[in-house]
Order: sequence, then C-alpha cells, then structure tokens
Amino acid sequence: MAVELDVFVGNTTIMDEEVYQLWLDGYTVNDAVKARMDAGVLEECEADADVLLSDTMDQYRTFQMCERLLQSPAKLANQLLFQITPHRQVMLIERYYAFDDTFVREVLGKKLSKGTKKDLDDISAKTGVTLKSCRRQFDNFKRVFKVVEELKGPLVENIRQHFLLSDKLARDYAAIVFFANNRFETGKKKLQYLTFQDFALCAGQLINNWTVGAVDNMVEDMDVDLDKEFLQELKELKILIADKDLLDQHKSLVCTALRGKTKAFAEMEANFKNLSRGLVNIATKLTNTKDVRDFFIDLVEKFIEPCRSDRWTAADIKLYLTHYTNSAHILDPFKHQAVWDRYMGVIKSCIFIMYHD
Amino acid sequence: MPGKLKAKIVAGRHLPVMDRASDLTDAFVEVKFGNTTFKTDVFPKSLNPQWNSEWFKFEVDDEDLQDEPLQITVLDHDTYSANDAIGKVYIDIDPLLCTEAASVISGWFPIYDTIHGIRGEINVLVKVELFNDLNRFRQSSCGVKFFCTTSIPRGYRAAMVHGFLEELVVNEDPEYQWIDRIRTPRASNEARQRLISLMSGELQRKIGLKVLEMGGNAVVGYLQCFDLEGESGLVVRAIGTACTLEKLTSGSLASAHTHPNTAPASNACNSPSKDGKEPVFGEDLPSSSGPPTPFRALPTSSSSPPPFSPCKPCSRQSSSSDTDLSLTPKTEEPQSGRRRPGIFLCPSSPVLSADSLSLPGLGSAGCGHGSGPRATSPALPSFTYSDSALLRKSVSFTEDLLLAASGMGSGGSAGKEAGPLKTLLRQQTQTALEQRGASSSGLLLNAREFPFFTLTSFPPGFLVHVGGVVSARSVKLLDRIHNPDEPETRDAWWEEIRQEIKSHAKALGCHAVVGYSENTSICEEVCILSASGTAAILNHRYMREGCLDIGSTDQRFEDPSPPSCGFCHIPYDELNMPFPAQLTYCYNCRRQKVPDVLFTTIDLPAEAAVTGKGCLIQARLCRLKKKAQGEVNATVISNLLPFMEYELHTQLMNKLKLRSMNALFGLHIQISVGENMLLGLASATGVYLTALPAPGGIQIAGKTTGDMSNEQHILTIQKRINDTIARNKELYQINPPKLFALDPEVFCGTNMELTEEGVGSPIPEPRHRSRLFRSHSESSDEVSELDLSHGKKDAFVLEIDDTDAVEDIHSLLTDASPPAGFHSCNTETMPGIYNWTTAVQMFTSVRVLRLSNANLSNQSLNKIFTDLCENLLKSFYFKLRSMVPCCLCHLNFNVAVPEEELIQVSVTAVAMTFDKDQTQERPAERFITKGGSETDEQLQFSLELCADSSSTNSQPSSRISGVPENTIVSSRVSSLEHCSPLTEGRSRSVRSSRSFGGSPVTMVKMTPLSFLPGTRNIKYLGIINMFFIRETTSLREEGGVSGFLHSFIAEVFAMVRAHVAALGGNAVVSYSMKDCVLMENPNKNQAQCLINVSGDAVIYVRETDQEPTASMTNMGQSLCAADGAT
Repeated sequence: MAVELDVFVGNTTIMDEEVYQLWLDGYTVNDAVKARMDAGVLEECEADADVLLSDTMDQYRTFQMCERLLQSPAKLANQLLFQITPHRQVMLIERYYAFDDTFVREVLGKKLSKGTKKDLDDISAKTGVTLKSCRRQFDNFKRVFKVVEELKGPLVENIRQHFLLSDKLARDYAAIVFFANNRFETGKKKLQYLTFQDFALCAGQLINNWTVGAVDNMVEDMDVDLDKEFLQELKELKILIADKDLLDQHKSLVCTALRGKTKAFAEMEANFKNLSRGLVNIATKLTNTKDVRDFFIDLVEKFIEPCRSDRWTAADIKLYLTHYTNSAHILDPFKHQAVWDRYMGVIKSCIFIMYHD
Repeated sequence: MPGKLKAKIVAGRHLPVMDRASDLTDAFVEVKFGNTTFKTDVFPKSLNPQWNSEWFKFEVDDEDLQDEPLQITVLDHDTYSANDAIGKVYIDIDPLLCTEAASVISGWFPIYDTIHGIRGEINVLVKVELFNDLNRFRQSSCGVKFFCTTSIPRGYRAAMVHGFLEELVVNEDPEYQWIDRIRTPRASNEARQRLISLMSGELQRKIGLKVLEMGGNAVVGYLQCFDLEGESGLVVRAIGTACTLEKLTSGSLASAHTHPNTAPASNACNSPSKDGKEPVFGEDLPSSSGPPTPFRALPTSSSSPPPFSPCKPCSRQSSSSDTDLSLTPKTEEPQSGRRRPGIFLCPSSPVLSADSLSLPGLGSAGCGHGSGPRATSPALPSFTYSDSALLRKSVSFTEDLLLAASGMGSGGSAGKEAGPLKTLLRQQTQTALEQRGASSSGLLLNAREFPFFTLTSFPPGFLVHVGGVVSARSVKLLDRIHNPDEPETRDAWWEEIRQEIKSHAKALGCHAVVGYSENTSICEEVCILSASGTAAILNHRYMREGCLDIGSTDQRFEDPSPPSCGFCHIPYDELNMPFPAQLTYCYNCRRQKVPDVLFTTIDLPAEAAVTGKGCLIQARLCRLKKKAQGEVNATVISNLLPFMEYELHTQLMNKLKLRSMNALFGLHIQISVGENMLLGLASATGVYLTALPAPGGIQIAGKTTGDMSNEQHILTIQKRINDTIARNKELYQINPPKLFALDPEVFCGTNMELTEEGVGSPIPEPRHRSRLFRSHSESSDEVSELDLSHGKKDAFVLEIDDTDAVEDIHSLLTDASPPAGFHSCNTETMPGIYNWTTAVQMFTSVRVLRLSNANLSNQSLNKIFTDLCENLLKSFYFKLRSMVPCCLCHLNFNVAVPEEELIQVSVTAVAMTFDKDQTQERPAERFITKGGSETDEQLQFSLELCADSSSTNSQPSSRISGVPENTIVSSRVSSLEHCSPLTEGRSRSVRSSRSFGGSPVTMVKMTPLSFLPGTRNIKYLGIINMFFIRETTSLREEGGVSGFLHSFIAEVFAMVRAHVAALGGNAVVSYSMKDCVLMENPNKNQAQCLINVSGDAVIYVRETDQEPTASMTNMGQSLCAADGAT
C-alpha cells in the first residue's frame, strides 16, 4: 500500500515561508521534514510525520513549478498560473535572489562560466552551503549578469526593475556583476579578511565614479566597464611621482598639514614617498586589464599593509588621505586636478572601507 | 441571422520559444467559430507579439452562438513545414447572450495545449450583437440565465419556481481507448475537448428551451455531468430547476431598465416567445386545478404496505402503485392523451416484465429479484433498533428490490413512455406552434411528473416539512448508443430512477423532492446510476400551478408552524406511518410530532433552531467483489449494493449518536465501482436540531455472557464510547435545553451552565424556554413521554458478537475530531458559526492509494480507506493552520476506483475564517442574519408572495433600507455595462488598459459556496463550465503523477480565473470540480487526466462598502484613471 499520488492545490497558492527557506537552502524533502520537526511544527498543530511529509512535498512541487517564473520575476506579476498576493510575490523574489555572503565571497570576481560552475561542489564543501543552493545562487548571478549586459542605463536601476529586487539587493547584484565583468581578483589570501559587503561598497564607488556611466548615462555597459578615457588620463598622474620636485613639494605640503595632528606622524612622513608611489602607480597601470584585476590586491599591498604595520588608525588614514588629495591641488605645476579628484575620491573611499583596524 | 459575433486578437505574451535557432516565435492566430475561420498576420520573431487585429465578424444563428465555443488557436508560422500549433483557447460566449450578464469578454487567456499545458497568454476581445429574434420557432434559448448555485442567487428573488429540468445528449467518444492511442498526437484529445464543449453548449441550449417553454427565465442549481462510457460513447447530461427570477429592485424604473419584460406574479419572462406561451397556460391551468388526481390516493396506497417491506408481494404492490401513477394523465388531462400514447401502450404486465428482461437493464431487474429475499435478511436487525431515520432510509436501502419491481413493471413502461414523448417533443419544437403548445404542456407534465428541485436552500416559508432522504440506485450494462439523436435508453434509465425516487417520496407522504441530484459510476461496461434527494412538502404558493401535485397535502399542514422547527415536523400520517418510527412532540413548539432523527440532502434552513455547532460526519466503506464480466458482474454489484447502503447508514447513525447529534444535512452518498471492489462514501453535516429529541447513547452488548475478560472488554469499550460522547458534547457545545421536568437538579445545572458559559452556549432565548415550561405544566403526559426518549433507555445497542463488530466499533472511535480552532462541514454554512471574516481559501486535493497487497480483507480495506479520508482531513487542517480559527466548508469528497488496486479520493472545499469572539455576538447575530440584508431578498420574496402571512411582516424597515441599496448597485452596473457598446472606443481602451500594461492580474476568489463572506454579489456574469484534458508522455520528467496533476489543477484554476476576469468578474461562487478522471501508465511514462469544473462568475463588493454608489464611483474613477494612463 503506497500513496501513488498526493496533491493539494489552493486557489491562492499556499506557501509556507519556512519551507520555502528550506527549499532555497537546498534541503531534500526528507531533510526538510526533519528540520521542520525539529523546529516543532508538529507541536503547534496536531499532525504526524506523514502529514508533514505530504505538505513538504506539495510545497516543494509548488516551488519547483514557480522557479521558472522566479527566474524572470517580471513574469511572476502577470502570470496566471499561480495566484499569489503582491506582497507574497515580493517575498518570494527577494528570498530567491538572496545569497549567502560566504558563497558569494568565493565566486566574486570569477568569470561566471561553466568552468566556475563545475567548481561549485568544492565551494559547497568549503562554505557548507548545499550544492543545490550554490547552483541557484550562481545561476542567479549569471542570469542577472546576462540580462543587464545588454541593457542601457544605470546598472542598479536596471537590476532593480528587471528583477524587482529591493534597492539593497539590487546594489549587491550590481557589485557582483561589476566584479564578474572586470574579473577583480578577490580570492588571494591577503584579501581574505575582506567581506562581500566591503567589496560591494567598493564596487558602488567604482561604478558611481569610474565607469562610463558616471559621465554619460545612456550607453550600453555604462556601469559595467570602466571609463577607458579616464584610465588613459590616469597616466598623466605619473608626474606626481616622476617629478622629484613635485613629489617633495607634495610631501612637504602634506606633512605641514599633518604635523601635530596624529601620533603616527613620523611614520607618515617616513612612508610618504612609498605610499604616494604606490597609489599613483596603481592609477597609471589601470589601462592594463591585468592590473585592473589586481586593483584590490594592489591597494592592500601598496597602501593598506604598510599602514597597518605602522598601526595607523582609521582616523589616521582618513586624515592622511584627505590632506594627500587636497595638497595636490596646491601643487602649481600639477594640471590634472579633475582626474586626480575622480581617482582619489574612489581610492579614499575604498581604502576607508577596506581598512579594518 | 440573429447574431453577430465579433472578436479581436490584441496581443500575446510569454509565448514559448518555437524556433530553436532564433529562440523566438513567429506567431499568428486562427479565430474559428462554427465553420468560419479568420487569421491574423504573422507577428515575426517575438515572444510578446502585438497583433492588434481587425474585428473578425461572424454572422451566425443564435443557436450556434449557444452551442459553439469561440476557438482561438495560436500557431507558429513555418515557411517550409506545417505550422506548429502553440495552443488553444476556447471561449464560451454564452454569458454575452444574456443582457444582464457580461457585455464584453476582454482579457488575457492562458493558451492551453493538451500536452504542454499553459503556454503563454493571449489578449482577446469578444462582443456579441444580438438582434431581437421574434421567431417563435427558434431553437435557441438566449437570455436564459444559468446558475450553478443551488439556492435563489443573492440579489434575485424567485417570482416563481417552475420545476425540474433534465436533458441529456450523447455522442461517440473520439477517444475511448486512450491507452492504445496515447501515442497519437494531441489531435484526438483536442477533438474530445471540442466535442464536449459543443455538447455542453447544446445541452444548455436545450435546457434553456425547456425553461422558456415552462415560462421561466432562469435555471438554478444547474448540474451538468459527463459520463465517459468508453466504447459506448459519451453522455452529457444536466438537471436543474426552472425559475422565474427577478432582480431585486424597488424602483420600477430600474427594473424596467435591467429587464424590461419582467411582469411579476405572472409568467414573468423576458423572452420573445412570451406570447407563444400564453395559450399554454390557459390550456393547462384548468386541468391542474381540476378534480383530484390519482396521485392523491397514492401515498395511502403505497404507505400501508411500505415500499421497503422485504417481501416480494409488497414490491409487487408498489409496482402496481407505479402503474397507477403512469395512468394518471388519462383521468386528469384528457386532451393530453394524444401526446402520451406510450403510457397506455405499456401498462405494467407480465408481458412487459419479460420484455424488460431483454433490455440492457436486465442486470438490475433480474438480480434485483434474485437478491430480494437475501437482501432483506440483513436488513431485519434494523427494525429492532426501531429507529425512524434508519428505517426511513431503508426505503432507499431496499431500493434495489423496488427497482427490480418497477423495472419489471412500470419502470420499464416509463422508459418506453419517455422515448416517444421525447421524440415527439423534438419534432414538435422543430415544427409548429400548436405542437409547441402541446409539447410545452408535455414538459409541464414532465415537471409535475417529477416534482424535483435541485435547490438545497430555500427562501423562508418555502419548505414546509421534510420527510427524509430518498435515494435510488440501479445497475446497468452499457451498450453502444446506436443513434445519438435518440438517446432513448439513457433517458429511460433515468426516468426509471426518477420514478423510483418519486414513489419513495410519496411513501413518506411528500409531494416533492428537494436537494435532488444524480450521478453515475462507471467501470468498464457496468454503470451504477444513483439519484438522491430529500422528500419534502413545499409551500405550493411559490410554485407554478400544476407544478406540484398539492392534493395530497393534508389539512393539518396548513397549520402554520414556527419557522425554526416547522420543517422537522413529520409530513406523513402518524397513524399510517411508512415505517415504524419513534415520534415525539416537537421540542420547540410542542404542537406537532417530530422524528427522533432526521436525514436530509439539503442545507440547514437558515431559520432552523440549532443547538451547538455542527460537524462533518462521514461513513466509509469498502467491499471486495469478484472480478466478473457483463451481466454476472452487474448481478454481483447489485447484490452488494443493499449491504453497502445498510452499512453506510449504520455507520452514519452511530457516528451521529457518538457526536450526540440528531440530524444530518447535505447527505451525499457515493458508491463507486471498480473492477474488484466497491467503495462507498457518505458525507453529511451533523447538527443538533433543537426541535428533535436528544439522541440516546450507544450501548455495547456482548453476545456471550459470563466470559469475564470479554465483559471487561465490553466495559472498557462502553466507557470509551461514553467518554467520546461526553467529549463531543463539549466540543460541539451541545447543551440542549434540559426538559426541567422531573429533576430540579438538572434544571439548576442547566442554569448554572448558562451563567458559566455565557450566551455562547446554545441555549434558546428566555422566551422560548418559558414556553417550554408552560407546555410542560400543561400536559404531564408529554413530559413523561419526552423524558422516556431523553434518557439512555432507548440507547442504540451495538452487539459485539464477532470480530467484525469489534472492528466496526474501533473504526467508530478512530475518527479524530478536528484540532482546536477548526470546524468542518459539507454544507453551505456551518451551523453555529455566524460571524465570518473575509479570508477564504478554496482548494482541491487529490490522493490516490495503491493497494499493493492483493489479498486484503474487507476489514483491512475499510481501515485503509478510512485512514485515507482521515489523513486527508488531517492534511487540510495542517496546511490551513495559519487561518485558525477557521471552518472547512462544503467539503466535497469524491471517490473513484480508477484501476484495480487504486483508490482515488478528490476533495474540493473552502476554508473560511471567522471571528473567534463570536460567543458574545451570537444571539444578536442570529437575528440580524434573519432580518438583515443577507436574507433580504428572500424576505421580500415572501412578502410579495404571501402578504397574508403575518410571520414575515416583522422587519419592514430592514427591507426598505436594504432594497434600494441593491437597486442602486444593480442599475449602476447595468448602466455601466450597457453604455459600453455606445462608447465603444472608450470602454475598449478602459478594458484593455486594465488587462494590459503589465498591471497585476486581478485576484479572483473561488468558493464552492454560493457567497463570499463579508461581501455582496452585485452581479452574476454567467455560468462557467469548462472541460479540459491534459496528457503527457514524459511523466517522470514532469515530476510523476503528482507533479502532472498538480500542475494540471493549477492550470485549470488559472483558466477559470482568467475567464472570470475577462468577463469583468472577481469571483467564482458555487464552484465545483465534477470530474477528475486520472489514467496513468507509469511503465510507458504516460498519463492522462480529464477535469470538469463549473461555477458562477460574479462581481462582488465588500459588505463594508456600505454606500454602493461610492464604491461604484471609485470603480469608475479607477477605470478613468486607467483610461488616462493609456
């Protein structure tokens, strides 16, 4: 004797948020039943394991049938198959596109290709996120990437409208897309201390200031690709380190401003040339795709690590970078103020984000 | 050329990718009606094509408009090969043919394919321009309103109830052997869908014609069913109740606006054939009001030797009374003689019985006789219980015997009679006016012949007395229907059964059957036809004259009884009872006799006095049978049927007593036949009617005395039973008013309970109680009599003499009561719950169990079946736990044996939330419900029709305040709709903007009930009657049978919702899934499923929108806003 068929269909689609989460987390039906039992569902209602199993199966089926719609959320609102209240729809989409920070940290900046997908079982083993869930998250990244690739207009807005996501989640996806597109290296050991949110914030800075979209907001890939012209112009900043006088002048200006204001003044003075060379070198090399990829690692190696070894506080960093940026304006022979500001604005923000005391 | 159908294909969306190379589709649309086809241009390379086609115009007969659906096929254009079909949409345009329903169909429809399911959506606009048809000989019945609702639809009042309607059409089934042909493309299934759509259109038209001929303008309680008879064909049949409905309006202006031809009190009908009917009336009236008919004599003649009496001579007797019946017309209506020669040709005679042996009904006739003596022996114990309802039911229990008798006698003749009559009808309606008159009085005769009503709830005062459940079953062997235009045998079969039902009703002293329904169960070539209803006496004031044979109404019934208990009073003669029953004086009014238990198929009357809450009661039964073929099989089945009926009945009775209740409403007994077993499922809602005596307990008796362990065992069981009864009393709040007679302590106890439990406890109003007191003091006889019946002395005795009995008792006790916060019933409303909140969740659930063990006993099968049903209920409670406190209403179980070793149970029900703190409000609530807007229309109904009756004059103010509201609403709506053809462009853009533009899909509520709580149906848009087939050849890939069926049911819901939304509606009421036939072949990775659903599309507004004008303005504003947005 066996249940051959068992379905329950409501006119308004019945979805239990708990079960949905279990499904999203990649639990098998049996594991989900166990998890629900442990959570004490049975106690709140007089039911037995069979009832729970039947319910879980029904819900899983519903979710599977919904999945196709969730993959293009705009359809969910005007499809006819499932009658789901609008606020429920929002919840379904938001949760479907939610991801584990630990997982995304692993794939951030990697090419969203089949090859990466094959490595997902390793990632799954490493992060403890189920393979099923890894796949969903990865496919979500890929799907969003593919869709926005071909769209004009601001990246975050495109994601938000196309996938009906909340502003926060849309920003995160913009970061993921941006990282994947520019293939920023994030996996190196030295970068391990950085969380996804750190990178996402940096990405936001880069998108807002360094991409084509920062100047012109109606071109394709405007927010995904860095502004090539700007990268070219960055080469001009070389003068700040190449011209010995200018370097000295810059240093003295900064030191004058900083003197007495921080405990780390000595280190700042000692390291000025090194740090300045580091930052300007990063700028001048950004025309190379390879160096773009190493942008974050360069920042860490050339700036953050030296500062950290000298025990600068975050306030020190802020003070130093502010004066470092501003002093350049007073340098007479230095003509590239606009580029300098555009560059340093982002660098400053990124370093603030990335500098953990 | 009385109609012009116009269709416009606007756009598509979410189309499937048909061209793998480009990942796009080159879609175009074919629009077909009848034999005319139009095509749109190809919209290349798009999954969201914008055709924005011209208006395709079809100039057609209104007959075709009723029969044919509009067929829309979406195709992918292919330059080199044949165009691929993407899917289809069938649109039933019937709602557009009725002026009061929808005026335009506009919206997104799912594109449906039998293999792939829903594949995108298409936006379509459909309109009909109907020219006024003055042709009296027309074959169409446009304008007749159809309602699935089995009560007078809200917002309407019944000016007249005309009577019973039935019709059936048959055809060859394009695919009766699906399994062999499943590999053929979807063509055959599509043909089947198309055919059924056509057949149901035709059926509806024919029923409509009958309504017009009877002088009505609407069909209420329309029930259409399909019989998939396999090789012998496809039968679509329908029954319903013809009514003349009037929209509730107060101003004559408004009423003239909505339906100009309504002339209340007379044969109000807005059909053009009105003048054609007048003579019919004239011709008919005198005859029916003429001398007493033989009908009148019938109850006495058939009740003295009760039809259920086991011996053969008695069934002979009843058969002879049937003969009387068929002779009736002769004495009554001389002029009708010419139309009914068939009757006289076939009197009940031995010759005929021999004749009937050669009929396909032989199985039933022959074996019925054979089983006669045997079947009665197990029935005998029931007499010793001396339990009235049991015996009343045993009228139907022995129906096979009766059927056998009538099959031999007049039953066969009735069938013969119906054939020629029908033929005549068909010819006549096609030809001339005189004949039309004749045929219509023939119809009238038919209506009188079967005074059946498919309604389950009635306006106050309509239902006078209820006798009890009557039912009839018959086993038939299917044969090929040779001539589909003359489905004589099927007609005759039903005729036979209806006669049976009628005679049962007569035996109960009743002249009508209410809550009537028919169904079938087919397995291979054996078919069980079943009909059941509730014998009743109706207030003939509300009937069209001649519709009911009222002669039999005894004078004593004219005595007005209080509405809260009147229907419980026995309709039959106390001295000449059709069965031994225990009668007592009504506990409510103390004036008339009531039975101790009452079983009915109707809903609990709104005015009934009920104690406590109700609950779902089910009896479940499995019986194994040997596999057999043909007649042998039929014999085996009909031998088993009486036993099953008896056992189901016993179970129901025990469970009722276990819950300390005394009446069942909405009783529905289904017996399904499979190759090697029969399944029986009886569902009903148990209640405690205040008017009826309290049920005695259940007493366990051991057969062998002296055996200590056994005695101990019995004692424990007895204790368990007593505990359960006590627990149930508490659970369902059954604290009947004690008859404070002999025991003052009891009285005090009750009083204390009263104060403790507050008003929530179902104790009648003080006034009521004092009356009870008085009657007690007046007559001490009564007291003792009542007391006798009240105690445990007449407890129901269950004898434990073998293991079977032990099993039975165990199964009795295993039924779990619903968890806290849940209630369940299978009726429209839950007795004892009055303050619903607005949340509703309709659902359908299907479960199929495979019995792997081939050698199961009846007992273990029963256990399995019972567990299956119980587990389903448990599942529902669990799934809907977030809605607590809530009630599962209209739980409709459907069992089937799709294959050997498979048991299928499908359930459709609705969960509705209610306010927990109802205890305080309850007494007031009840009165509000009675006098308030809910039954407003019904009140008006009685005001209009029996102005002399003083009982209904109590709330004139509520009527005045309530009615104009409705008026405003209805006139507003209709004016809104009416104006749309004029300002066509504007309204179209309004419509399309609403459905376009990615705006969220309209939420459409669905419910099997006739209402949505907290809302008012302001407009009925037409009937929804849809049939779908889905097939798959990749069962595993679709998630197995469960995945397959899950998506199919979801798709069916989606299509129903889309059609309702396109009609401008926002809800479906009286929704039901009548068929869900699943066939699977996992080895071949294939499955197929047929689903038939129906309901009434409505527009509802929230009750809280007290000012309907305001809400309408809002609606208008939002429409304008939408208009502006485009």
